[in-house]
Order: sequence, then structure tokens, then C-alpha cells
Amino acid sequence: MVDEALLRTLTPTVIGILVRRGADFAAAEDAVQDALVEAVRVWPDDPPKDAKGWLVTVAWRKFLDGARADTSRRHREALVEGEPEPGPGEVADDTLQLYFLCAHPSLTPASAVALTLRAVGGLTTRQIAQAYLVPEATMAQRISRAKRTVSGVRFDQPGDVATVLRVLYLVFNEGYSGDVDLAAEAIRLTRQLAITTSHEEVAGLLALMLLHHARRPSRTGPGGRLVPLAEQDRGRWDAGLIAEGVDVLQAALARDRLGEFQAQAAIAALHADAATVEETDWVQIVEWYDELVRLTGSPVARLNRAVAVGQADGPPAGLAALADVDPALPRYAAAAAYLRERNGEHRAAARLYAEAARSAPNLPERDHLTRQAARLNAQLRG
Amino acid sequence: MAKYLLLKHYRSASQPAPITCEPMDQWTPEEVSAHIQYMVDFAKRLEGTGEFVDENALSPDGTWVRYDGDGRPPVTDGPFAETKDLIAGWMIIDVDSYERAVELAGELSAAPGQGGKPVYEWLEVRPFLSAPPTITE
Repeated sequence: MVDEALLRTLTPTVIGILVRRGADFAAAEDAVQDALVEAVRVWPDDPPKDAKGWLVTVAWRKFLDGARADTSRRHREALVEGEPEPGPGEVADDTLQLYFLCAHPSLTPASAVALTLRAVGGLTTRQIAQAYLVPEATMAQRISRAKRTVSGVRFDQPGDVATVLRVLYLVFNEGYSGDVDLAAEAIRLTRQLAITTSHEEVAGLLALMLLHHARRPSRTGPGGRLVPLAEQDRGRWDAGLIAEGVDVLQAALARDRLGEFQAQAAIAALHADAATVEETDWVQIVEWYDELVRLTGSPVARLNRAVAVGQADGPPAGLAALADVDPALPRYAAAAAYLRERNGEHRAAARLYAEAARSAPNLPERDHLTRQAARLNAQLRG
Repeated sequence: MAKYLLLKHYRSASQPAPITCEPMDQWTPEEVSAHIQYMVDFAKRLEGTGEFVDENALSPDGTWVRYDGDGRPPVTDGPFAETKDLIAGWMIIDVDSYERAVELAGELSAAPGQGGKPVYEWLEVRPFLSAPPTITE
């Protein structure tokens, strides 16, 4: 058996070593992917003593083969093997640079996601294509275009952690149900990033992911049915992940440099901390939403804040908060329906749930909202 | 990223008034070939931009089918003449934004017809219902 997790952990390190030896990023990335394929083929019969050394040697040979095949790049033949191995600090720096490059602002979000999963995550093009439900040829093109887009970017150019975090957030949040568990992969990549940089928002995002991942088993019922937070079996929440998420968050918050991911994680932590929806500290949750609105000005945060205000101060207060939110926002009708129902306005709530179902962005949400409308309509018929 | 279905209708009841053009069998063979080549090139280009997912053309011989009670064969109706509400084919794209989906549908609608002029065909753009996001609150 080939230790795929080990291979994937080593991927960014080996790319970094090839780039240090003078390979350009695109060629290094291709060579390392080829080496991974060969490792999967060869290792079961002939396991290497030093996995990283083996990968570096094979990837470097693949790179030289590619460079020789390409006469316009013949000068690369002059590149010599046997430069000193980088120290641990340099490996961490290289890995961080790889995150920056794959999330470069010149890339579209989808390209950045694909490139990150391949070059940093060590996933194959086929696995990424399957995860995002597109043909392999399409994903291959998306990745090679992305590599062309960043080909002029210097590898040692300083990057912005915020762009990397947005990419990792996307991977986590759009975790489709494919062969690859993208949510788990996003967590792995964020953990790895947290080792290379002590940025508070990296810790904030990691905490946010852990706290949401902890709830995953309870989020879906039979047939992919969506189970809302209030109805989730909290006994099925992963206490270990919650404890880790809270620890990571507390360490980040202690540094007193608040950011949006820390604020979101704080909200998730307050939910995770409550034994029931009634015992939830909604007052504190509203305070965190206030921070989130202050930090981001996000209309989505405003919408969620209105729902939280409805829990903390009663439905009329929630509806008053909702009055300041743009009704064109996705899930506005769903939030309005929820608050109206809690305010005793069942007829209006039923109508709003039906409206929300029509504009729902995904099937489990639409089905959930349709059931809510049907439940209220059945009650109204008596 | 979001997936969209670009629906090509022969003619839909809900479609805005089409710019009428002769049916394809009245075009010259070169015009027909140019039209088809445009579609092929369009799909190939979208594969190159990493936005292509799937496409297929459908025969116009549609039949309506429904259950007709236990132990009875299903009831069928049709096939219908081309003027009925029929889907001619589809393309699925995976793009960064709704605006991009509309832009691409506009380009597909510009496929050449008679005299090499765009056919100005209406295309219906429908978003896929995706998987729910992990983070909602």
C-alpha cells in the first residue's frame, strides 16, 4: 500500500525544492505530479527508505526529461543536481510561497481553488474534476491556464494571506460529495498553512472549519435531508473537533487582532457550546454579528444578525433588524419566514417559506423550505 | 463556481418572440456546416477555458408519457410537430458568475445562419441547484 496522505503532504515541499533548484513553477508542478504517479506504481513492490528523497530525485529527473524534450528550454540541462537540501525553515517558507502563488489575485476563484488542490494538496486532476463534477479535460485546462496566468509571478514574491484564506474557505464551503472529501482536505491544507504562518486569521479560519466540521454528521438526515441547527442531535457533534476548534480560536482571540474568520468562528463556538438551541447565548452571538458587520459590512452578516436578534430580543426586534436588510439578498425570504412564524404570523410565514423555496440556491434547502411551507399551510387548514 | 444549463429550444411557449429565420433545411449546405462548426468550436473553446461540462443535441421526436394506473401500460402522446414546446439540445457550463453564463449564452446565440449572419436564437439560461454550503449561519 502507498501512503497517499504522506505523498500529498510531501507534494508542496518537493515542488519547493525543485523551484529552488531552478525549475519554474509550472514545470516543477508537472514533474512532481508525474513523480507521484510513479510512486503509486512503484512503491507497493519497492518501498523507498526515504520517501521525500525518492520523490525529489524522480521529480527532478522528470523535470530534466521535460526540459530536454523542450529544445527552447535547453539551457535547463545546464542546471546541476545536488544543491544543498533546504532546512526546515526554508521548507516552511517554500510551502507558504506555494499557497500565495496558487491563490494569486490574478486567478479567478475557481482557478485558484483547482491549482491549490493540485500543487499544495497533491490531488490529481481527475480527483479534482470528480470533486467539482466537471470533465477531467475541462479541469486539466483550468489548471494549465491557471499555471500560465501565474507564470510571470516570482516565486519569492510576498503574498497576501487573506487571498489564500478565501480560497481555502471556498474549498471548505463548497464541499461537494465526491470521491474526495473537500471539507477534510480544506482543513488539512489550513492546518498545514497554520504551521507555516502564525497569522491570527489562519487560526480563525481553521477554528471555523473545525467547529462546522464537528456538526457535519448531524446536518443531514435520511436521503440527504437538511436538518436545521435547532433540530440537530447535538449528541452527534464531534466533541474532540469542537474542543480543538475552541482552543485554536481562544489562542487567536488572545492576540487581540480580530478578523472576520475569528468572529465567524466565535459564533460557531457559541452554538457548539450550547446543549440546546434555547440554552444558546444569543446575546453574545448578536454581539459577534455586530463585530462581523463592523469588520466586513457584509449584507449576509446583517441578515444572519437579524435572525440572531430575533432569538436574543424576541421576534419583533428581529423583524425590526430585518427591515434594514436588502430584501433582494439570497435567503432573505427564508429569514423573514422564520421570524414571522415565531411572531405568530403563520399565514405570512407560509407565503414567505414558499417564496424562499422558489429562490433556494440548492435542493436540500428548497426541500426543507417547501416542507416548512407545507407544515404551516396544513396547520392553517386546521 | 456555478453550473448553468443553456437550453436550446425549437420553440417554447414561454420564449420571447423569435427573430424568424428559414428552417435549416432551406439553408445552403455551407451555411449548415458553418453553423455546426460554430457549435463545435464553441464547445472546444469552453473546454480550453475550463468552463465546459457537457452538451447534447436531442431528436425533435419527443413523446409525452404518463402513468395510467396499476397494471396498465403508460399513456403516451406525441410525437409533435416542431412548433410545440420542444428542447433541441443543451450545454452545461461551469462558470465564475451569472454574468459570465449570460455572456456565453449570448455568444452561442450568435451562431451563423443564412448568409453568415447570426441566427439571434433565444437561449434559456437556468442555474443548477447545487449542494448546500457547509457554513450557513
